[in-house]
Amino acid sequence: MYKNFLRYVISVLFFLGVSGQANADFKVGFVYVGPTGDHGWTYQHDEGRKAVEAAGIKTTYVESVPEGADAERVIRQLAQSGHDLIFTTSFGYMDPTNKVAKDFPNVKFEHATGYKREHSNVSTYSARFYEGRTLLGHMAGKMTKTNVIGYIASFPIPEVIRGINAMTLAAQKVNPDIKTKIVWVFTWYDPGKESEAAQALIDQGADVIMQHTDSTAPVQVAEKAGVWSFGQASDMQRFAPKSILTSIIDDWAPYYVERSIAARDGTWKQQDTWHGLKEGMVAMAPYNSAMGTDLVKEVEQLQKDLASGKTHSFTGPIYDQKGNILVAEGSVADDGMLAGMNVYVKGVEGDIPQ
Amino acid sequence: MIKIEKRNDVSPSIYFFTPILAIFLTLFGGGIIFYVLGFNPVEALKFFFITPISDLYGFSELLVKATPLCLIAIGLSFCFKSNNWNIGAEGQLIFGGIVGGGVALLFYGHDGFYVLPIIILSGAIGGMIFAMIPAVLKTYLNTNEILVSLMLVYVAKLLLDYLVVGPWSNPEGFNFPETRQFSESARMPILFNGLRIHAGIFITLITVFLSWLILYKTYLGFQIKVSGLSLKTAKYAGYKGKTMIIIVFMISGACAGLAGVGEITGPIGQLHRNISPDYGFTAIIVAFLGRLNPIGIIFASLIVALTYLGAETAQIFLQVPKYTGQVFQGMILFFLLGSDYLLFFKIKFLGLKKNEL
Repeated sequence: MYKNFLRYVISVLFFLGVSGQANADFKVGFVYVGPTGDHGWTYQHDEGRKAVEAAGIKTTYVESVPEGADAERVIRQLAQSGHDLIFTTSFGYMDPTNKVAKDFPNVKFEHATGYKREHSNVSTYSARFYEGRTLLGHMAGKMTKTNVIGYIASFPIPEVIRGINAMTLAAQKVNPDIKTKIVWVFTWYDPGKESEAAQALIDQGADVIMQHTDSTAPVQVAEKAGVWSFGQASDMQRFAPKSILTSIIDDWAPYYVERSIAARDGTWKQQDTWHGLKEGMVAMAPYNSAMGTDLVKEVEQLQKDLASGKTHSFTGPIYDQKGNILVAEGSVADDGMLAGMNVYVKGVEGDIPQ
Repeated sequence: MIKIEKRNDVSPSIYFFTPILAIFLTLFGGGIIFYVLGFNPVEALKFFFITPISDLYGFSELLVKATPLCLIAIGLSFCFKSNNWNIGAEGQLIFGGIVGGGVALLFYGHDGFYVLPIIILSGAIGGMIFAMIPAVLKTYLNTNEILVSLMLVYVAKLLLDYLVVGPWSNPEGFNFPETRQFSESARMPILFNGLRIHAGIFITLITVFLSWLILYKTYLGFQIKVSGLSLKTAKYAGYKGKTMIIIVFMISGACAGLAGVGEITGPIGQLHRNISPDYGFTAIIVAFLGRLNPIGIIFASLIVALTYLGAETAQIFLQVPKYTGQVFQGMILFFLLGSDYLLFFKIKFLGLKKNEL
């Protein structure tokens, strides 16, 4: 009797303990730089959050948080109000994230696209978007008639330069005559500026447009002008059904779910994640049949090869604009070189703004 | 038939009471909105207006947010009182930040008590010079100061973009559009450990006091007020209108520049593209909500800052969109302007007269 009672107490305590660990209070917070309705960058992060919610974990988000003095307060408020894991989804949150992480050692932090992990409770993550750019380059090189590819770029950071180079290299492989024209808009999200840039590129003879910015404006301009385009961050097909060949999709959902569950179950560890097509963090929207079944098959094969590692986006020989060798024949660029990329490859027009 | 008549006798006490009325009407209107959205209005308003300042950290954040708003609005009150429409405080803030930030980078690695005062002073001078452009153009070329000051905001923003992307970008920063973190000697001293409230608040308080002194106790302040009430009277009295225009713009620009330099040496600690979430424009609301009066502006800046913090806590605890905060700001202005209208004008409902039929 007494023993049974003890057993009962222990089992109740055990149950409480377990449920305490997988506790109902476990909450994940998200800080977004744009509105969830941007149909690009923030929209995709919010899709990831919804997946976490669907996995039975409570989530909170704060949208349109400026990357200035306000970010630190928002992150701190999330940490203070009982969030156990906080995703900060823009580069500008890097220093505020690390600052708050120092004061909340029991809260886990995940910062997207940054490079600072000053405390053991800060992880960083990003996606190998350049693999998607390689596919875009292949299609652009085949589809262009004017041999001019227009590229709307945001900021001259390695991330963006890498995309421009990956695209150009892949396009050159199928069409040695192509030229990449770039317009720098110095913003991640400004439909007005983006559409002006798209128009300027079309006026300069570009008949394929792509962008490293978040709004749907460029694809809409392309649709009107009757040139080819690609969606960015999310599937933008419905905004330009004729013009879009495919979209690069940032699929954060699996990563967010995995990390949230790990944090809840106490198996979360600091890491630096850089996932691509292989892990599915970079995915491609359905290919437009307007480019012909042969090309679709080619691109699908290339996508498989990039995912399996059989092909690498940066395979030598690669030359810079002046003709100096960057990557020797037969070798591929390593992650260190990719992470710090700050020169254009041959075939890109203009200079990197300095 | 409705007839609108101007009221002749508006008592000053009611004039200062209407902003308070506007705030209560906003609370009431906000409560209705929360109720329609399916929240308990009292609870929701509590999350919006009480939770953000329920602890020391929150209170310090309120002051951090209100400091630049108060500074800029005080400066703007000089312009607005004298009928000079300086809409470009945002640009003056950014330019002050650029100049102050440039000096901070110049002193990178230097230690010494003199570093911070030099930075602050150069920031104020930067804002002042930038504000003199629309003032000089107005006085000597008769341009419209609203347009010029507003367009200069974009000039300042683009200049900042250029500097942080190019020549001033952090050499170890992988080309990201931001400068180095300033040295410790170039940062505003933090008042309490763990909080972000910094010495900038003293600058603000001193500025408020000086403004009160100038506006209410000096000949210049009298001139400003008279020019605002009637330009012709000011001319008859022989006031030097041009000099006054330039002076109010200079004061206004210096205040905005101080706000900019306070942000970059305070909570931000470096230059990047987002040093101000449109403080320069929000301060226009603050200036009018505070009735262009130094004490009024202090309270107005606290209230407007609270709507920002409230929008964040409401997002976290109620999961309502960020734009609720902007709705609240809009409502405050709407009710203020609405009650102002009723304050100065009478609406008479008249029955139809026989001869009109």
